Amino acid sequence: MSDTTSDQVLTTQDGKPLKAALARALRREKLRSFLLIAPLLIFVLITFVAPIIDMLFRSVENEIVSETLPRTVVVLEEWDEASGQAPGEDVYNALLYDLIIAVENKRHTQLGTRLNYEQTGLSSMFRRTGRRVDDFGEVYADQLIDLNAAWKEPVTWATMLATPEWISAQETWAANPSGPEPAFVVSEAARNALPTTADLYGAFARFIQTEDSDSPMEEDPWVPVYKALYQDLIANPDAASAFSGETATLVGQAAAAAPNFETVSIKELFIDADDDWGSAENWAVIKTFAPKFTSGYFLSAADAQLTPTGVELKPEDERIYLYLFYRTLLLSIMITVSCLLLGYPIAFLLAALPLRYSNLLLILVLLPFWTSLLVRTSAWKVLLQQQGVINDFLVWIGIIADANRLVMINNQTGTIIAMTHILLPFMILPLYSVMKTISPSYVRAAKSLGANDWTAFWRVYFPQSIPGIGAGAILVFILSIGYYITPELVGGTSGIFISNRIAFHISSSLNWGLAAALGTLLLVAVLLLFMVYDRIVGIDNVKLG
Amino acid sequence: MKLKTLFLAGTALAMAGGAATAEDMTLVSWGGAYQASQKAAYADPYVAMHPEVNVIWDESSAEAVAKLRAMNEAGNITWDLVDVVASDAIRLCDEGLAMEIDPDTDLAAAPDGTSASDDFGDLLVSECFIPQIVYSTTFGYRTDVADWGGKEPDDICDVFDLEAFPGKRSLEKRPINNMEWALLCDGVAKEDVYDVLETEEGQDRAFAKLDSIKDNVVWWSAGAETPQLLADSEVVIGSTYNGRLFALIEEQKQPVKMLWDAQVFDLDGWIIPTGLSEERLARVKDFVKFATDTQRLADQAKYISYGPARKSSAPLVGQHASLGIDMAPHMPTDPENAKNTFLYNYEWWADYRDDLDAKFQAWLAQ
Repeated sequence: MSDTTSDQVLTTQDGKPLKAALARALRREKLRSFLLIAPLLIFVLITFVAPIIDMLFRSVENEIVSETLPRTVVVLEEWDEASGQAPGEDVYNALLYDLIIAVENKRHTQLGTRLNYEQTGLSSMFRRTGRRVDDFGEVYADQLIDLNAAWKEPVTWATMLATPEWISAQETWAANPSGPEPAFVVSEAARNALPTTADLYGAFARFIQTEDSDSPMEEDPWVPVYKALYQDLIANPDAASAFSGETATLVGQAAAAAPNFETVSIKELFIDADDDWGSAENWAVIKTFAPKFTSGYFLSAADAQLTPTGVELKPEDERIYLYLFYRTLLLSIMITVSCLLLGYPIAFLLAALPLRYSNLLLILVLLPFWTSLLVRTSAWKVLLQQQGVINDFLVWIGIIADANRLVMINNQTGTIIAMTHILLPFMILPLYSVMKTISPSYVRAAKSLGANDWTAFWRVYFPQSIPGIGAGAILVFILSIGYYITPELVGGTSGIFISNRIAFHISSSLNWGLAAALGTLLLVAVLLLFMVYDRIVGIDNVKLG
Repeated sequence: MKLKTLFLAGTALAMAGGAATAEDMTLVSWGGAYQASQKAAYADPYVAMHPEVNVIWDESSAEAVAKLRAMNEAGNITWDLVDVVASDAIRLCDEGLAMEIDPDTDLAAAPDGTSASDDFGDLLVSECFIPQIVYSTTFGYRTDVADWGGKEPDDICDVFDLEAFPGKRSLEKRPINNMEWALLCDGVAKEDVYDVLETEEGQDRAFAKLDSIKDNVVWWSAGAETPQLLADSEVVIGSTYNGRLFALIEEQKQPVKMLWDAQVFDLDGWIIPTGLSEERLARVKDFVKFATDTQRLADQAKYISYGPARKSSAPLVGQHASLGIDMAPHMPTDPENAKNTFLYNYEWWADYRDDLDAKFQAWLAQ
């Protein structure tokens, strides 16, 4: 029988090969179970994984410098910070064009805040300069207008720099302003002849159209645009040849007069607005943080800093994060151990007692779980403070003198006590559910073979409860690493965790990059510990029930 | 058929709900007695005039900066008006999260015709900030401390004097104010404080002065902590906001007195988030114009001991709404209390905050 079927393919009733039919049925089964979990999977991906990745990405993201000062960072490439001298006029020119755009878009203060994380004082440098930059280069505007009043007219500028198609489209729109304005287009000829002017005026026109919803044909250009034109005319005295008609005459006249213009140093204007612009140190910071991605936040999170000469440790009086990481891990381990020491006997009792008593005890374990975290923490304050219940009692029975009341709160002791209490149920419950499954007959068997109580417990019962210890310890440890409300309230200065600083940078200092870097480091530390745990105990040895 | 009816009914309900929320206005504040005073002085009278407006309160001011930034990134601003301290207003303005206002068109003029910009004067510390109150961070001390032998502190430097005034102190867990007080008591003249604090040596001096009391300090991070610590006798002297101490002294009748010396003035006020729709913006501007006029600001002082931000409101400050006591002597701006005050330099702290905060935290952890 067997050898007749072995070389012929088994088929189902309708003639299909059994193997394929089975595989299909299995595939359908798999697809169905996948579809069943799909809503949860999608939910978790969208609401949990994606935001976390986005947040962690902020720890390296640094686009704000190159986006806000695109022209400056390019010119700054050539500046040598080792010279100890502030950069030359061309960098300040580029800065003027970048900054006027940033100021109009209200981006310069944001950049100042970002750079202030690296160098104190840059925040007000950008804010102060931002108030004045809109009249930098006024002397060129005055001279051009004196030369020919046409330079005062918005239309002159638009006609000079735009393509004829845009001008006619804009005129049609102006006659009947329905729908969006046609987007400003710089003409190729203008771009070649007057590159800086075309670039800056293009930014101006876009800003007028999108932010103010006005027409560039009717708005005076920013003052630095005049400076840009002067710069272009000096660089290209023959610029008029690119234009025709009235514009050519106008540009030709300006180009001829430009070399005799009274000039002003933009660099000096900046330094006049804020001395800090003359500092090579500040420029070095801008150059160091120009790339789109930075390791600066991670270095800060490790008490180091990125300087133009490389990575170096922060001054001693600013180092805090590594110490806080160490303290967080140390205190979390202590909290886990004290939870285990307190929780193990309770779980043992719960598992050993008859059901009606153990249920009552279980409710007592869960009761604080249902109380607000803040209420429990405040209760500990009442109990532990120097004029609190415990100290009053100890003084009353005469164990300690009134002058030597114990300090049990606003320090590490307070954090450990309050957090052990709060996290205790997370230890007891997994322990209890594992102990519940240990059959009492093993211990009885050990005892009948001559083991005393301790040996029976240690050699027979305890090894079987290890999966519960593993699960409870991991739960308590990971929860305590991320706690910050309780340490903030009862930890004083010596009992606060790294999470307190993360919370501070998220909600108070708004340095989300640093917060993300600290969070990433914490995540990595936990994963490493998890791996170590897996090596030593084995992750498959963890049971929640 | 039945399903269709249900669906239609649901849609109708949702639309009715949508229509009802059209006039919602979400105000964000600090909760507690302060928010209650704003409700009584601004929101309730406004709603009485405009019954179609439904005011929703959100107690998120403490996290307003972070939440506004998150809302802005998500592109969904759900708040209409946010109460923040001046330094946060400057930060929100810097970040482009708060709208710039024009005091003379957006705010009401004083009854005698003085323009709003003159009436608020220097208190308009940012283009986005609409000041409401002047509060101060100052000290309260217990009057029943046996160790003090009947003496009472009357000078800011008594806080640093453990010989004459032994016992625990409570200070805020941040460098702002503490560094200034430390330098003042280390012999720096008031006008030089920020120049000295700018230097490395100046910062070391401030930390050294704070070191002298460090072991006797309980650090607080929420304004309610110091009143509680004083009431429990956990500390004998502590800094907090003057309104909190007023409640402790006058409402809870605790044996505590105010030490007004070197009180640090600070401001609290509204900002309007950027990115509101036109209808919401018009509604909230209408509310702000009403809520920051001379009478409304004076009215708020009936409920809480913070000084109105308008000069023209000061003479109108009356009695406490339920205690019936004169409020003027409890205002931080009262001449008797304001003999020696310290002005908090916002722009300076905007620069030095990150740096000094790192140093301060490292110093605390030592």
